[in-house]
Amino acid sequence: MAYVALADRDHEHHLHDPQSFVTKYIWSQDHKVIAVQYAVTAIAIGLVALALSLLMRLQLGFPDTFSFITPDAYYQAITMHGMIMVIYLLTALLLGGFGNYLIPLMCGARDMVFPYMNMLSYWVYLLSVLVLVSSFFVSGGPTGGGWTLYPPQVILPGTPGVDGGIVLMLVSLALFIVAFTMGGLNYVTTVLQARCRGMTLMRMPLSVWGIFTATILGLLAFPALLVSAIMLLLDSVVGTSFFMPNLLSMGEVSDHNGGSPILFQHLFWFFGHPEVYIVALPAFGIVSDLASVHSRKNIFGYRMMVWAILAIGIISFIVWAHHMYVSGMNPYFGFFFATTTLIIAIPTALKVYNWILTLWRGDIHLTVPMLFVIGFIFTFINGGITGLFLGNVAVDMPLSDTYFVIGHFHMVMGVSPILVIFGAIYHWYPKITGRMLNDRLGRIHFWLTLFGTYAIYLPMHYLGILGLPRRYFAMGDTAFIPDSAHAMNMGISIAAFFVGAVQMIFLYNLVRSLTHGKPAGSNPWGATTLEWQTPQTPPKHGNWGPELPVVYRWAYDYSVPGAAQDFIPQNMAPEDVPKADPDYRGEEGEHV
Amino acid sequence: MSLLRKLMAKPWEHAGEMQGLHGEVVNRFSAGRVGLMMFLAVVSSLFGLFMVSYYSRTLFPDWEMLAEPGILWLNTVLLALASVAMQAASGAARRNAIPALRKAVAAGAVLTVAFVGGQVLAWNQLVDAGYFARTNPAVAFFYLLTGLHALHVAGGLWYLGRLGYKLSRERDMEHVLRQVTLSATYWHYLLLVWLALFALMLVT
Repeated sequence: MAYVALADRDHEHHLHDPQSFVTKYIWSQDHKVIAVQYAVTAIAIGLVALALSLLMRLQLGFPDTFSFITPDAYYQAITMHGMIMVIYLLTALLLGGFGNYLIPLMCGARDMVFPYMNMLSYWVYLLSVLVLVSSFFVSGGPTGGGWTLYPPQVILPGTPGVDGGIVLMLVSLALFIVAFTMGGLNYVTTVLQARCRGMTLMRMPLSVWGIFTATILGLLAFPALLVSAIMLLLDSVVGTSFFMPNLLSMGEVSDHNGGSPILFQHLFWFFGHPEVYIVALPAFGIVSDLASVHSRKNIFGYRMMVWAILAIGIISFIVWAHHMYVSGMNPYFGFFFATTTLIIAIPTALKVYNWILTLWRGDIHLTVPMLFVIGFIFTFINGGITGLFLGNVAVDMPLSDTYFVIGHFHMVMGVSPILVIFGAIYHWYPKITGRMLNDRLGRIHFWLTLFGTYAIYLPMHYLGILGLPRRYFAMGDTAFIPDSAHAMNMGISIAAFFVGAVQMIFLYNLVRSLTHGKPAGSNPWGATTLEWQTPQTPPKHGNWGPELPVVYRWAYDYSVPGAAQDFIPQNMAPEDVPKADPDYRGEEGEHV
Repeated sequence: MSLLRKLMAKPWEHAGEMQGLHGEVVNRFSAGRVGLMMFLAVVSSLFGLFMVSYYSRTLFPDWEMLAEPGILWLNTVLLALASVAMQAASGAARRNAIPALRKAVAAGAVLTVAFVGGQVLAWNQLVDAGYFARTNPAVAFFYLLTGLHALHVAGGLWYLGRLGYKLSRERDMEHVLRQVTLSATYWHYLLLVWLALFALMLVT
């Protein structure tokens, strides 16, 4: 029997060609449209979170100046900023956006294997965002219990949003998890079942490996958040005592009895720590591909990179309690989690070395995506090193409640993945829209963002070592905080406004280039992976025309000796590769 | 381990070679089955974490045991029979025996509805005996765990209802036959989850 690729057989009957504007762009089952829907929604809600952070910086930089920033509003801004950034922006954009766009294209599939469920995934995600936003408008406003939502305080009177905000937050999270599960089942199954002929696991680009592994982490870790959200919701609405102990609140003994707040922390961080890698692993994968494409060189240590992604994924499930050193635990427990935390640094450091070795003696093209890659490597090393400090119990204790932690996690899981996302958007925008983003604006955006974020987060480490406590609405006249610390806080705030404003350049570029960008052609970067080999740009519904691609090689055949071009697409058969003229030396400065 | 061997492959060698690919890309599962397996992994994580939370709560000194209603034993039998019926349906689907399939699916659905009804009776008995969710953690966990399980069963019933409708109209039969075997797997899985939950609640 003649071989028919599985993807070929399985997908023919799924391809209902979209008929009208509504089925094409709104109730769309096309993974590319869903990806853009996810991305636009995530960026929109991310801008809300950005505005909230600027509100916080207004208060911290200039205390007692703005009467509309009450302590309640400040805590609500903290909470919503954190939750939106981690869940509704980063997770949704990296997996819902890039995962949706890249997996079928990079694997050589026509679409996700369950397109209808994929569509539902987006709409439930949108619903979860709307529920979250609605909490700004209920009486009492959104919850102000901190993004970790620790009971008992998050559902006790006195905390902002205890009436409706916390309920809406928990419902929104539950909806998000449902949406993520529907999307995630699609991503995993598509990678496992719908790769085109010749695309073995080890020929997949690292972007797919990163997204794939992160999705599995998400599928297994988000239930922990769902469990804690359900039980907290019952404690808050029905009055059960899963997490709520018996306590005095506002001078009265509460109705609750016998719950364990620490149990919530374990559940929350059993989700929370893998969540860090749900964001980081796709970024790791994408940055590997960008580094390879823009330095015209194969990724260094491909197998090690795959193994490291898998190792990080596995270990990330046994480090969660390093977020809870100050909650009090058996010292042996702390020792165990400090050890696993330091162990996870090994595969992570391995990846960093491999990125640097990929650049080493490469033909580095300082394109905008490449600038963001280099910015990412610096920032990730910065944030990673401070993670080694905080992973140790004895060092963490004094630093845990200070600005040092803010500096650390914003560097490592705020700025780093965002830099990768920017790089990825500059890299794939030509494929998504058919036009290039403006290069000059891109460069301005990069340099101002990079230096701006360092001006925000580097000083925070010093403030933290000084002992400046985080989460405080105002420092007041605390004796150990010198005037210079207040001045530095003001400087940080000014830098934050600056970085916020700079992002408008990026948004302007995104919108303007849609109509005014330089036409990109099908493969502007000279990349090998399948998404750049589609018959049309932007790819049409079904991606590949009548024939699915066949893959003959791995994703990193750059600058192969003897080949005429400095890249060989994955779907090019060995006999079709144009040979270089042995006498031809190339022209000065030529980019082949 | 073939997976380990795959992960040891050196993709930069052997460009153009296609051996061994059929074995990898065309595996013996359908996309639907792989999707179901992944979904069951997610549900396992969910119930596993609930059970860990439950168990860790029972270790507190103030834990009060709850006497589970006796009707739960009957419900267990009903769910087990439903699982058997679904297995028969799966076998009939494989043999393409449509009349037998109809009977088995109907039996499975009826037994499952009876199970859910039995669970509701159990809740009523507890409420009549004065046990509310706020009474003590054991009661709250009982309502939560059984409720969540019943919700998963109800989801399965809704899907089975759709299949049954198509089956009665003889529409889309190829699809129905495939989905019946997947549904049987889901039923066996829910039975296993129930047995684990029930056993855990009995000993605490």
